[in-house]
Amino acid sequence: MAAQHLLEVDNIEVVYNRTIQVLRGLSLVVPKGRIVALLGSNGAGKSTLLKAVSNLLGIEDGAVTSGAIRFEGEDIAALPPHALVRRGLFHVMEGRRIFEDLTVEENLTAATFALSGRGLPTPSFDRVYAYFPRLYERRKGLAGYLSGGEQQMLAIGRALVAEPSLILLDEPSLGLAPKMVEEIFTIIARINADEGVSMLLVEQNATVALAVAHEGYIMETGKLVIEGPVDKLIRDQDVREFYLGLGGAGDAKSYRDVKHYKRRKRWLS
Amino acid sequence: MDWLFLTEVFLAGLGAGALYAVTGVAFVLIYKATRVVNLAIGEILMLGGYAFFGAAAGWHLPAWIALPVAVLSGALVGAVVERGLIRPMLGESPISVFMVTIGLGSILAGFVQVVWGADPLRLPEFMPSAPIFLGEAYLAPKVAYGFLAAMLVLAACVSALRFSRGGVALKATAADQGAAYSVGIDVPRVFSLSWIVACAVAAGAGVLVGAIGGISPTMGVFGLSVLVVVIVGGLDSMVGALVGGLLIGVVEAFAGTFLGGEYKFLVTFSIMILVLMLRPYGLFGTHEIERL
Ligand SMILES: Nc1ncnc2c1ncn2[C@@H]1O[C@H](COP(=O)(O)OP(=O)(O)O)[C@@H](O)[C@H]1O
Ligand SMILES: [Mg+2]
Repeated sequence: MAAQHLLEVDNIEVVYNRTIQVLRGLSLVVPKGRIVALLGSNGAGKSTLLKAVSNLLGIEDGAVTSGAIRFEGEDIAALPPHALVRRGLFHVMEGRRIFEDLTVEENLTAATFALSGRGLPTPSFDRVYAYFPRLYERRKGLAGYLSGGEQQMLAIGRALVAEPSLILLDEPSLGLAPKMVEEIFTIIARINADEGVSMLLVEQNATVALAVAHEGYIMETGKLVIEGPVDKLIRDQDVREFYLGLGGAGDAKSYRDVKHYKRRKRWLS
Repeated sequence: MDWLFLTEVFLAGLGAGALYAVTGVAFVLIYKATRVVNLAIGEILMLGGYAFFGAAAGWHLPAWIALPVAVLSGALVGAVVERGLIRPMLGESPISVFMVTIGLGSILAGFVQVVWGADPLRLPEFMPSAPIFLGEAYLAPKVAYGFLAAMLVLAACVSALRFSRGGVALKATAADQGAAYSVGIDVPRVFSLSWIVACAVAAGAGVLVGAIGGISPTMGVFGLSVLVVVIVGGLDSMVGALVGGLLIGVVEAFAGTFLGGEYKFLVTFSIMILVLMLRPYGLFGTHEIERL
């Protein structure tokens, strides 16, 4: 039953600075191998949820005050963030958070600490460079000089180095041109399809998120309001109007290439 | 003006400056990792000098054992202080952590005074004493060997930061703690190791400083010059500590020779204020010298 899910968030409440309550009884699951989208407007608490899952809430003086979060069936409350990463739960934070004064290669090297104590072979970055050839070209350069899209590639590249089973992605489309968004999401879909990595994807760009995701949740001010498989969400009148910006008829902007990977994956499985 | 004399003053300044620089590196290491301005660095240096004295003069151990004893006692103090005093204060205002390090400095100074007394002591001789000439210029052998040792340690620290995986962890932690955690870096371990290595380096420097000028419970004022050095060089820059250390060492030597010892601080503090006005981060720093 429940323990088949890679990640289970069970009715959690989150409070910042012991006073500001941001999440109020929120539950969701990420099944193995799937991409789950979490949508919602600015300030709804999406990033807070991801930080609760990766245990990065503590350094911002936030805390989970009730409920439980389980990764691979185990309660994560007592695990420090780096220990969670070393178990395969990787958080690509909002705003990319690359190390700007370090080179591209050093940024990837930093992520090799995620492999400590896991008995994995010494990583080569070839796999990262295969997904993102542009990073290979710029591997000796400072990460701060990369374009926004390349920085997002690097942030995802660090996740790949860490050999995760679950990646939390916080607004990978933030501040990127539409063409770059499409490119990045195509690769997100490929990583999921080729490597079987599960993802919990937070987005404000609902259209592109639903193009890659299998399941979706929509939240408003600390609570979930709608959830279900993506096919169902796309047909939902409220979702169409408020989140996809569509009237009655009309077709969502296609993201055909992105969907291609999702379809292939389903077809395979 | 006599060029030979000027050269000798300059070389002596470089010798002293190298010791400032290596202690400055210890300071920078702690600041980079934990953003703590450690005012006790001078007293940890002092403790290294006394530990060497205790081992070499007290227990009659040879210098090649007494030196590691001094370095290891520095490392031990670093580990205990980080874990027991600094870690519990994570998240407190920088000013209170800063005050704690001042308190720590007085405790260490009081401790050596209780154990070894208030009078200055001389370390047993352990360096070759044959005079050294660079061309015609004379250089006190202890100063020359001190310079070499300091430069070796400095080079090791700078290359470790630049080329090792641990260096990447330190730079990542310094740049963005949350992001460092998020890629799997054990941030508390980075804190702890940087205190351990820094205090070991400072204690080792204390042996060199003590070998040249002797040791006393007030030796910690050396830390004041080091503070000037790292503010001039940039609190978070090892290269800054190197350049700042040599610069301040040389300036102090000339000021001491031509104006008199009491003007040393006046001159170096003037330089510090000048640098801060022109470059608030110090010559090589990237981080604002915050809220002090
Ligand atoms: N570190 C913090 N301290 C206090 N309040 C915070 C903090 N981070 C976020 N919040 C508040 O929590 C709410 C949700 O924020 P967030 O999770 O970032 O939303 P989203 O990612 O959905 O835009 C917002 O009202 C925000 O102001
Ligand atoms: Mg957010």
